[in-house]
Amino acid sequence: MAKLNLVEAINLGLKQEMKRDKNVIILGEDVGKDGGVFRVTDGLQKIFGEKRVFDTPLCESGIVGTSIGMAVYGLRPVCEIQFEGFIMPAFDQIITHLARIRNRSRGRFNVPLVIRCPHGGGIRALEHHSDCPEVLFSHIPGLKVVIPSTPYDAKGLLASAIMDEDPVIFFEPKKIYRSIKEEVPEKEYTIPIGKAKILQKGNDITIISYGAIIHKVKEACDKINDISCEIIDLRTLSPLDEETIIESVKKTGRVLIVHEAPKMFGVGAEISALINENVLTSLEAPIERVTGFDVVVPLPKLEDYHIPSIGRIINGIKKVINFS
Amino acid sequence: MFKNLKKFEVNRLEILGLKGNYDKKLMPKLSNKDIKKLYEAMILTRIFDRKALNLQRQGRLGTYASMDGQEASIIGSAYALKKEDWLFPSFRENGALILRGQPMNELFMYWGGDERGMNIPKNVNNFPISIPVGTQILHAVGVAMAAKIKKHKICSLVYFGDGATSEGDFHEGLNMAGVYKAPVVFICQNNQWAISVPREKQTASETLAQKAIAYGFNGIQVDGNDILAVYKATKDALDNARKGKGPTLIECHTYRINDHTTSDDAKKYRDVKEVEEWKKKDPIVKLWNFMKKKKLWTRKYETKLIAKLTKNVEDAVKKAESMPKPKVDDMFKFVYKNMTERQKKELSEING
Ligand SMILES: Cc1ncc(C[n+]2csc(CCOP(=O)(O)OP(=O)(O)O)c2C)c(N)n1
Ligand SMILES: [Mg+2]
Repeated sequence: MAKLNLVEAINLGLKQEMKRDKNVIILGEDVGKDGGVFRVTDGLQKIFGEKRVFDTPLCESGIVGTSIGMAVYGLRPVCEIQFEGFIMPAFDQIITHLARIRNRSRGRFNVPLVIRCPHGGGIRALEHHSDCPEVLFSHIPGLKVVIPSTPYDAKGLLASAIMDEDPVIFFEPKKIYRSIKEEVPEKEYTIPIGKAKILQKGNDITIISYGAIIHKVKEACDKINDISCEIIDLRTLSPLDEETIIESVKKTGRVLIVHEAPKMFGVGAEISALINENVLTSLEAPIERVTGFDVVVPLPKLEDYHIPSIGRIINGIKKVINFS
Repeated sequence: MFKNLKKFEVNRLEILGLKGNYDKKLMPKLSNKDIKKLYEAMILTRIFDRKALNLQRQGRLGTYASMDGQEASIIGSAYALKKEDWLFPSFRENGALILRGQPMNELFMYWGGDERGMNIPKNVNNFPISIPVGTQILHAVGVAMAAKIKKHKICSLVYFGDGATSEGDFHEGLNMAGVYKAPVVFICQNNQWAISVPREKQTASETLAQKAIAYGFNGIQVDGNDILAVYKATKDALDNARKGKGPTLIECHTYRINDHTTSDDAKKYRDVKEVEEWKKKDPIVKLWNFMKKKKLWTRKYETKLIAKLTKNVEDAVKKAESMPKPKVDDMFKFVYKNMTERQKKELSEING
């Protein structure tokens, strides 16, 4: 089995899906000859030709809007939006149409479309290249939102996303595009959308997170030996795996939620409410959130203050544990 | 029967030749002093650019978008503006920003990832750099509409690339400008590439200038490496706008000599031969030949000029790099006029 990073795993996943199903096509800005600005689609145009892997003009609304039409007509477009900050011109198409066509047409039409999009900060980039807009999409009924944090998960989730009969926003944590390698099977496999992963078992506290930051959560837990942390990697934000969360909280009674996105109205708030609604009496301490601050993502000089640090995560864990 | 309703033509303006020759009839009104100023601003733009690329390679700047080859488009257009006019940049017009009075040290700070670098002086009507392609077009149209409503004789000018013409905002901006006859000048820097996508794949239109026709106003292509042509087209467009004749689209036909940004590798998608061909049409050399012919250039002038501008750039870098790191409250201070209670709490948490 080959050790692959996230970029290579997704690339391999795309290749396999394209081989499996001739309706799968790839479109987006610079995805063809250039192979994508992060090289995720590298080499695919050479293999599958310009009809199945093609560069579009610079128009995100156009990319998503036409992909909707193509998907309705039987293709399986996987379109790339170059950075999460540039998904906004397509927001209208995503919210007003992509998420609703099944409902609007009473099930006559569905849109099996995957929008791949790099996600999050930590790469010292220009404005709009380091945002975490996942809740904007998780809030919308009709969309599925996936965000893997390892190469293995990425490949399996991508396969599921492409086979899904509903639209999937597939966020790729760009900070860890090349920083982690792990064994990824050549053969096809899927990981179900809507199923979280228990990254580490533990008894004292449940830490819920997703995306690139989960690796910092793991590091933080490794640094504190005397606390037994259970780490949940959500992997899918919508639909949320409620059961895994609830079962874990029943066991630990203490919860920390960590995400890079701002705190206000975020994933943390949703999960906190979910726990309150279902297992309030299991709680032994208030739920704590360690998140990005409620600010516009700063440029690189201040980025490290914004993205939750290992220190902040450790403090969060201690605060929850020490509550009595 | 078919009745012909309209016939269209698209013009290209060229004034300077490669050898210093020029079209006397089309020569804009520019004093010798003006010509020198244009030359000096282009040289400064290139020195700034080279320095920025250098700093980036050393890890002292973040991702940077080079202006190399586009100096005439950038400077010729900005030079035609009046101080009180408004300028809306994309991300490839540092030279224009500097010409209009933005401190170079702050631009270096900005590209170094320090937000304080976009602290544009109050008397400089430049909008901040806009990274999302094409989005700033609408803001420029809005400012022009407001100036018109308020009966101010102010124009706005907005820069964007060939790629930007594919965005919906381009359509909406130009359409509204046409409807309201807004005093705005659209400078499309057609540098032939949008990252890896060549102009021919961006649009089936033969020229970008002709897109203006559909919106009901003038579009013109200019040799974007000919600073006199760029200046003249922009000056005429601004004069028209000020007279209430509405907007103009100017397609500056030029070339992106370097990679898209420092994160890009253009060798992957374009032929270096094409780059070499365009290098022969260097906008600075073009004006230089003209100045030599007009006896506006001497070696001594050049030596002194380069020394002075290089020093200015070096001083700006020193100043930028000697700034203490921004304080963490910098990221909270400008989100709203007043910080929210929540933000205050978060900030005090950080400050412990
Ligand atoms: C809305 C949006 N989509 C994608 C990007 C990523 N991107 C940055 S520059 C660029 C190409 C721009 O091409 P063009 O408009 O021709 O300007 P140039 O870079 O050539 O000056 C792309 C795709 C972006 N910044 N904004
Ligand atoms: Mg371009």
